[in-house]
Amino acid sequence: MQTLTNRAKPVDRSPMTFMEKMYLPAIFTGMGITLKHLFRRKATVAFPEQKRQFSPVFRGLHVLNRDEEGRERCTACGLCAVACPAEAITMEAAERKPGEEHLYREEKYAARYEINMLRCIFCGFCEEACPKDAVYMSETFAPANYQRKGFIYGKQDLLIPNPKADK
Amino acid sequence: MTLLSIDWFYLVEKILLISGVLVLSLVVAMYSTWGERKVAAWIQDRLGPNRAGPMGLLQPLADGGKLFFKEEIIPTHSNRFLFILGPSIAMMVACMTSAVIPWGDTITVAGRTVSLQVADVNIGILFIFGVVSMGVYGIMIGGWASNNKYSLLASIRAASQIISYELPMGLALIALLMLTGTLSLKEIVEQQRHGVWNVCLQPLGFLIFLICAFAECNRTPFDLPEAENELNGGYHLEYSSMKLGFFLFAEYINMFISSALIATLYFGGYSFPWMDSLGWGENAIALLGFFIFFLKILFFIFVFMWVRWTIPRFRYDQLMRLGWRILIPLALANMLITGALVLLRQH
Amino acid sequence: MGMSIQQIIFMVLSFVALVSALGVVLSKNPVTSVLCLIVTFFAIAGHYIMLNAQFLAVVHIIVYAGAIMVLFLYVMMLMNLNSDIEPHKRNWLKYAGAISGGALLVVLVAALRDASVPALSETATEIGLIHNLGKLLFTQYVVPFEISSILFLSAMVGAVVIGKKD
Repeated sequence: MQTLTNRAKPVDRSPMTFMEKMYLPAIFTGMGITLKHLFRRKATVAFPEQKRQFSPVFRGLHVLNRDEEGRERCTACGLCAVACPAEAITMEAAERKPGEEHLYREEKYAARYEINMLRCIFCGFCEEACPKDAVYMSETFAPANYQRKGFIYGKQDLLIPNPKADK
Repeated sequence: MTLLSIDWFYLVEKILLISGVLVLSLVVAMYSTWGERKVAAWIQDRLGPNRAGPMGLLQPLADGGKLFFKEEIIPTHSNRFLFILGPSIAMMVACMTSAVIPWGDTITVAGRTVSLQVADVNIGILFIFGVVSMGVYGIMIGGWASNNKYSLLASIRAASQIISYELPMGLALIALLMLTGTLSLKEIVEQQRHGVWNVCLQPLGFLIFLICAFAECNRTPFDLPEAENELNGGYHLEYSSMKLGFFLFAEYINMFISSALIATLYFGGYSFPWMDSLGWGENAIALLGFFIFFLKILFFIFVFMWVRWTIPRFRYDQLMRLGWRILIPLALANMLITGALVLLRQH
Repeated sequence: MGMSIQQIIFMVLSFVALVSALGVVLSKNPVTSVLCLIVTFFAIAGHYIMLNAQFLAVVHIIVYAGAIMVLFLYVMMLMNLNSDIEPHKRNWLKYAGAISGGALLVVLVAALRDASVPALSETATEIGLIHNLGKLLFTQYVVPFEISSILFLSAMVGAVVIGKKD
């Protein structure tokens, strides 16, 4: 039969020689292999103490960015929600009132901004779609939770700390 | 001090020795569970238990505590008395073998010569053989009383396996007895102390004995009675809490005792090279001998684990073929050759 | 002291042996019968030890309790005997059993009436120890010993022949 690749190996069905029938050499070879593994470097990462390095392109939990004066960058345009293939993002827009200029950079802002982390597939399209550089993906992942509602992240979970207020 | 024609010091000495040996067996068995998990992990490139205490050393305590506090379930349709009897027999029989193993040479305390052996009976090997043949009852009774088809299958497997492998084990021992000419384990050790280790004289016999020891302990590759993936745990399927613990514990004690027996019969027991030319006191030598004996035992326990994580389980027909058609003829041939050589040397 | 330790142990062992032997006969469950029989064997092995015949005691345990009774138990477990499938015993069978048992009792009583118990020596005999037993078996009783081994050999050959048939 023509094989598709030349990697296929025919099964050797010839009767076993006396040495093979004794099994002991094979057993000792196997024990040698396991003994070698006994002294190998272990592959386990002892998680809470050690953490695995993320790759530079890792896409983790989202953050909502602020500008250098501490104002929210998001203008609730909805492009991220449209770009999202998993439909994980919902938002409600509101108009900026006079006197709120120090809170919101644009005249329109997101009054409610939610990402369902159970739906999110962490593709990063929202990050690419955002015209205001408001949504970024960080290098953390969603911690475990007991309830589904714990995975719906609101604005207070997503917004980065205010650099002005913290000073 | 003698009262009522009983040497009370002798009695106290023996009771101390028995409790010492018992505690030693239990502690070693306890830490064998830890060792087993560590060895398994290392062989599979993992770390093993490392959360409870440093290096996970408190893990056996945590496991034991868990087993004690688990709910105890006795199936409704089981035979209650036999259900409880099964693990008790398994545990008792496992602990009994240690009585005739010489743990060390004699030591002298306050003018009394104390032998580090509970009972130096002149039929030591036969005693062990008798006790080992009892070991299967725990599994059989427990498995049958559970009233579960998997447990019953496991009982039947255990019974046929242990009977099949007792024969080559006995035949391998007979060849050893022809060489040593004694059934007393103490004398066998003393002979090796002044000569060479028996493994040099009986390599084939040692191999057969080792394989049979694996089978008698129900260790992989002969763990058909508990075969997790075919029989859901086999004879201890219906057991919970400390009764399950007893079954599992008995296996580890058996492993410890088997290792002690292998070390005694074939690897010189508590004797070690240049033992008599060290020039230390008798007590120091005896204690060092015990320590070295312990190291030998630990090595064989490690071999038990090492094999478990290397070799897969036998199929039932392979098990029977190995026992009856390979090991028994080999053991018979070994016995005949040994007998002929012993006769040749005498003339 | 009324009794020496030996006597106390003898009493206990005999009591255990008798009770478990009765258990073998009276128990309804065949598995319990087998287990009682094993206990009886252990009590008898204890008697052997009391007679300073350790070799016999251990061989008794290895052969009877360790091998034969395991096979018995094996068969009992496979057959799964219980009261539901017990065949109904006919009446004449009961009478026949009673009569033959009674006849055996009569014969035993008649035979034992004239038998005298030889006086037991107070000192321990060494005959049950493995060295003496081996010497005796291979010198004085070598012919019966070898004949019995031929018997076992023929049994083994027979078993192999039956096993080869399929």
